[in-house]
Amino acid sequence: MKPIVEIIDVSKSYRRGDRVIPVLVDINLNIGEGEFLALMGPSGSGKSTLLNLIAALDQVDSGTIRVGGVDITGLSDNELAEWRAVNVGFIFQFYNLIPVLTAFENVELPLLLTGLSRKEREEHVEMALRIVNLEERMDHYPAHLSGGEQQRVAIARAIITDPTILVADEPTGDLDKVAAREILELMDRLNRESGKTIIMVTHDPRAAEKARVIRRLEKGFLNDVHSQDPH
Amino acid sequence: MFILKILIRNAFRHKLRTFLTILGITVAILAFGLLRTFINAWYGGVEASSASRLVTRSSISLIFSLPISYKEKIRQVDGVRKVSWGNWFGGIYIDEKNFFANFAVDAKSYLELYPEFILSSEETTHFLRDRKGFVAGRKLAKRFGWKIGDTVILRGTIYPGNWDFVLRGIYQGRDETIDETQFFFHWDYLNESLKKTAPSRGDQVGFYMIGINRPDRATEVALAIDQTFKNSLAETLTETEKAFQLSFISMSETIIMAIELVSFVVIIIIIVVVANTMSMTYRERTGEYAIFKTLGYRGWRIAAMIVGESMFITLFGSFLGILLTFPVARIAGRMLSNWFPVFNVAEEAIYMDILASVMIGLLAAIVPTRRAVKIRIADGLRRIG
Ligand SMILES: Nc1ncnc2c1ncn2[C@@H]1O[C@H](COP(=O)(O)OP(=O)(O)O)[C@@H](O)[C@H]1O
Ligand SMILES: [Mg+2]
Repeated sequence: MKPIVEIIDVSKSYRRGDRVIPVLVDINLNIGEGEFLALMGPSGSGKSTLLNLIAALDQVDSGTIRVGGVDITGLSDNELAEWRAVNVGFIFQFYNLIPVLTAFENVELPLLLTGLSRKEREEHVEMALRIVNLEERMDHYPAHLSGGEQQRVAIARAIITDPTILVADEPTGDLDKVAAREILELMDRLNRESGKTIIMVTHDPRAAEKARVIRRLEKGFLNDVHSQDPH
Repeated sequence: MFILKILIRNAFRHKLRTFLTILGITVAILAFGLLRTFINAWYGGVEASSASRLVTRSSISLIFSLPISYKEKIRQVDGVRKVSWGNWFGGIYIDEKNFFANFAVDAKSYLELYPEFILSSEETTHFLRDRKGFVAGRKLAKRFGWKIGDTVILRGTIYPGNWDFVLRGIYQGRDETIDETQFFFHWDYLNESLKKTAPSRGDQVGFYMIGINRPDRATEVALAIDQTFKNSLAETLTETEKAFQLSFISMSETIIMAIELVSFVVIIIIIVVVANTMSMTYRERTGEYAIFKTLGYRGWRIAAMIVGESMFITLFGSFLGILLTFPVARIAGRMLSNWFPVFNVAEEAIYMDILASVMIGLLAAIVPTRRAVKIRIADGLRRIG
């Protein structure tokens, strides 16, 4: 399987006052195309930091990250913005929808940066909302949607540009059991049926069950591979 | 289009806060507009004064007069087209608080020299024919409810006694910069009375008003006039009407400068207020701007949202402020009409309003915009939850 994400000797530390806190140390990781990877580990182990680096939201201190063959550690901020818009779909713990925009408008956001016509955008948004089964709610504002529904809108927004990778940081962290299961099933479907590469950070074992591969981060170091059979 | 939509929705997220900010801007722009109008009114006489007229007075002081015989000599100076003359009368109508300017003038030449005072030919004839006749500006006549044919008595201060006049004409200003509160009557009437009661004060003129052929030769002509009376008993000082008017104003220049300063302080205060609103807004939305960046929105789009919102709020408030300036200035003008014959909102004041509001909108957005553009996404996202 050809890796779509290659992480080579990546280190990252933060500075707090005059103390340097190493968060990631010499991380090496390959993620294959169509893989569903769960990154686990205790709180503060650097999971979000690693995910942000893969998604080009943050810069490495050293090392290289290639996504779809592109070395993203060598790009400028503006190039990265453009790259993200095309290549990464984001799902966050707190959904991160824009409160003054309706479900439809939130999903449309990434498309406004493309050259698509209004009509084409409309078709795409409706399609994405159909996939997450929220067509009827497209005129609702986030405040009038449940947590699970908001997360589904966020997923629709993440897949709207058909990105190379989907990254999810604790996507079920703020949801009740039922809603969490729905979201995980949706992600599972996206992975199986559409072959989406998904990288998900979680510390919920039930969430990790859905993943094909689990990797553990422990104090900045990456532990062994746990491959699990599809159930 | 999208940016416009989101900035308008963002602007009305905190309705009360936005309302209060808009109210502040409205009041500030209104105050600024009124202060500018006030300053304009102060210089009003200067604006209206003609560049093709000179004023000659005693070189010692305005209080000293010149002999009437000078008029012939002035007429002979090269470049002089017309000569008129007058005295400041300083009469009081019933009560001192009813102050208005009143002059004794050589009627015929005065009307010819001041075509901006528009008087019908019929009223002109009646005025010229009646020795005791006088002409009043439209605003002045309205103020005291005078009608043509009414007798008006002024109590003299410089020239003692009660003087009665008959209203023979009401003039209108050619445009709204023209003072419509003047009162003028026949110099001959004043002079003949003086000759009887106080002969030593007869045949004296407070100032000559001189029409010249070419405004660009004003300085030359003024010099020639003063030269004519050099070393005579009463030396003269001749200047353009504009300079003459300014010599009154310069005495109060400091007050005007203080008002000017206050008008700018008002703008600075409102910039700080709007900047504070925008900073509060930014702090609340840091996470949202990080989301936009995450999705690939570049700095300029984020900047456009913040600057746009700031501009939207500011222009909204300014628009209301400018609209209000007109009726409020009219009311103020009515109350101040004794001191400011012309109190109109000048076009210039409106331009300054617009300039000020653009500055408010831009400056208030600078700090939050800089922060939003600079903040690292990972840090911005951490603020959510
Ligand atoms: N921007 C930052 N500045 C300083 N320290 C940070 C920053 N981001 C993360 N950290 C620190 O790095 C460590 C790893 O954080 P994170 O990647 O969020 O962990 P996880 O997602 O596994 O809980 C934590 O100790 C956290 O406090
Ligand atoms: Mg985390």
